[in-house]
Amino acid sequence: MDIFSISLVLSAIHLAVPIILPMLGGLISERSGVMNIGLEGMMLGGALSAVAITFLTGDPWVGLVGAMISGVVSGGILAVLTVTLRGNQVVASTAINLIGAGLTAALVPIIWGIDGTTPSVPKIPSLEVPGLSGLPVVGPLFSGLTLVDYGAIALAFAVWWVLFRTDAGLRIRACGESAESADAAGIAVVRTRFLAVTVSGVFAALGGAYLSIVALDAFQAGMTQGRGYLALAALVFGKWRVWPAVAVCLAFGLADAFALRSQIVAPQIPHDLLLALPYILALVALATFVGRTSAPAAVGKPFARA
Amino acid sequence: MSTSTPQRPVAASTTPPRQRRASRIDADILAALAARPEPGARGFVSRFVSSVAPAGAGVGAKAGAFLITVSLALLAALPIVYLSGSDAATAIEALLGGSWGSGLAIGETFVQAIPLLISGLAVAVAFHTGLFNIGVEGQLVMGGLAAGIVGATVDLPGPLLLLACLAAGVAGGALWALIPALLKAFRGVHEVVTTIMMNYIAFNVSRFLVSPSGPFVSETQPSATEKIPLEARLAVVAPGTRLHAGLVIAILLVIAVAWLLYRTPEGFRLRLVGANPAAASTAGVSLRRTVVTSMLLSGGIAGIAGAVQVLGVFGRYYDAFSPGYGFEAIAVALLGALSPIGIAAAALFFGSLDAGAVQLQAVAGISREMVSVVSGLVVAFVAAQPAVLRLLRHLRERASARRAPARPTSARRASGTDPKDPA
Repeated sequence: MDIFSISLVLSAIHLAVPIILPMLGGLISERSGVMNIGLEGMMLGGALSAVAITFLTGDPWVGLVGAMISGVVSGGILAVLTVTLRGNQVVASTAINLIGAGLTAALVPIIWGIDGTTPSVPKIPSLEVPGLSGLPVVGPLFSGLTLVDYGAIALAFAVWWVLFRTDAGLRIRACGESAESADAAGIAVVRTRFLAVTVSGVFAALGGAYLSIVALDAFQAGMTQGRGYLALAALVFGKWRVWPAVAVCLAFGLADAFALRSQIVAPQIPHDLLLALPYILALVALATFVGRTSAPAAVGKPFARA
Repeated sequence: MSTSTPQRPVAASTTPPRQRRASRIDADILAALAARPEPGARGFVSRFVSSVAPAGAGVGAKAGAFLITVSLALLAALPIVYLSGSDAATAIEALLGGSWGSGLAIGETFVQAIPLLISGLAVAVAFHTGLFNIGVEGQLVMGGLAAGIVGATVDLPGPLLLLACLAAGVAGGALWALIPALLKAFRGVHEVVTTIMMNYIAFNVSRFLVSPSGPFVSETQPSATEKIPLEARLAVVAPGTRLHAGLVIAILLVIAVAWLLYRTPEGFRLRLVGANPAAASTAGVSLRRTVVTSMLLSGGIAGIAGAVQVLGVFGRYYDAFSPGYGFEAIAVALLGALSPIGIAAAALFFGSLDAGAVQLQAVAGISREMVSVVSGLVVAFVAAQPAVLRLLRHLRERASARRAPARPTSARRASGTDPKDPA
């Protein structure tokens, strides 16, 4: 197997999308001023819901909707804790992570009667793009991707459009930079943040569902393997902007695909160290070129009208 | 609330920085804190610290909050019990039987409580300075790894080797906390993000070091270091159980951390920076130095937790030897209201859950992941605590306003300033 080929690009995309989706969620939430480190737990919730609903209905698209509903729930819980009750954002999202990891693992034996990995469910099929999939070199790209992959790119564009090209986006970002000023300008800070955090749950849950019913066909306890945290790293690396962060996610995906492949092609490269690389790079970026003023100024600060 | 109006602190603005001795600073700062600075002057972390660890709250109130939080979390987890086809009575019997039903069970409860207690202290030390050390898990892993490597490779007589292993544990943990500490102190990078990154670096690097191609892997046991000589391990202190001398280390650490936090100038500086960074800075406390000190202490203590597991339970470093003690420790520290004694109680509670979980799975058929759910619920309830306290005070003020209708203005003003200052 050749290490550089179009199939490497394909697997890089497959590995990048489940980071891009929660990253977009984190971006929306943090741009509105709420730090969301609970993406990992929300992803696990989405991954399990997708498999459970697909298992019950037999249709992975319904499973995807189920994952989105689980995202509304987990995002909504975080929104209630952080925005409505003004609880500490880091503590509340830590709770989401702990509950997400524990509850999903505990529900597997309850639903299927077995521990660990669930039985296989139907996957979301990949999409053969007529005409393009027959092309030389890039052809496999147009037969190996699913509608969800295209949807993720569309969502990235939508998030960029809404956040940076619409009034609603301006309001969200205003809440994230200075809630008091936003409030003075007549923006409903609490409602905006509540919605943003809930939507971030939906994005994270979609990322989890991607892992369980697009990339794989089953749920496994802890299957997100820190991708929710990797999404945070991408956010920091990309300075809380959509396209740089998407690029970082793609780079993480490529590194991941490379690491997987090198296990076969070049087993002398230690796989575990390659897996640590994205995190090391994110730290180096923080230590060097990511300035201290990059993060939305009001992240972490609860807001209450005086 | 309506009787005492918050006043601007006098001491904080008139204190000449630096030259003062710790005791003088203490007196000034206590005055400043007692006078309660304007809400706007305090960061959200400091407001949170004072709501989790209210300086004036009595032991009774803290114990009450502890019991209420635990009961609510257990109640909220009850649906899982029934979904698993069991019932509350069976679950409670299995849980108590597995954790306190026999000498063996009690020993196991303490074995589980030891790493939770030590890493809970690690979380709390950072919390007192207003720092969220989410990286305790990674620091614990690196501490255990360092202890395991020293124990397997260094040639020293037993007790000396034991000390060397513990020292290596401290160094490993502290080293892993140093990078987030420096980034926080000098680059202003939020420690939550960096400690999470350090966790994943720790997991992957430690796995590599004992992987088949890693330098420290045992010749006979995959994913582990060589065994540590018996005489360099922490001895079993209760025959017939797994309870080891790590319990002594844990108790000594409770005393040491309590003494450090509440009886030394350094501890005072740590808490002061957490309670009111602006006042601390005005009083001449170096925020950078304090942040680094706090993180190093926190990481070092986390490293001891890992070393104690390696030296007392396994006798060697195993990959993935920690089922997530460092994350559960966040729940332990918050449930214990950041006080060392409270953390000891919280560690015993979670230790009982962890020990009882085995029985819970075997007898009642309830997944042991229940423990993780309960700890998450505890953390969620702690996050909601300030809001509950706010609500309680609001209700009390409404009640007192109704009782004294002659002075409605002061009551309205008091509740009006409320939301900005939940502490």
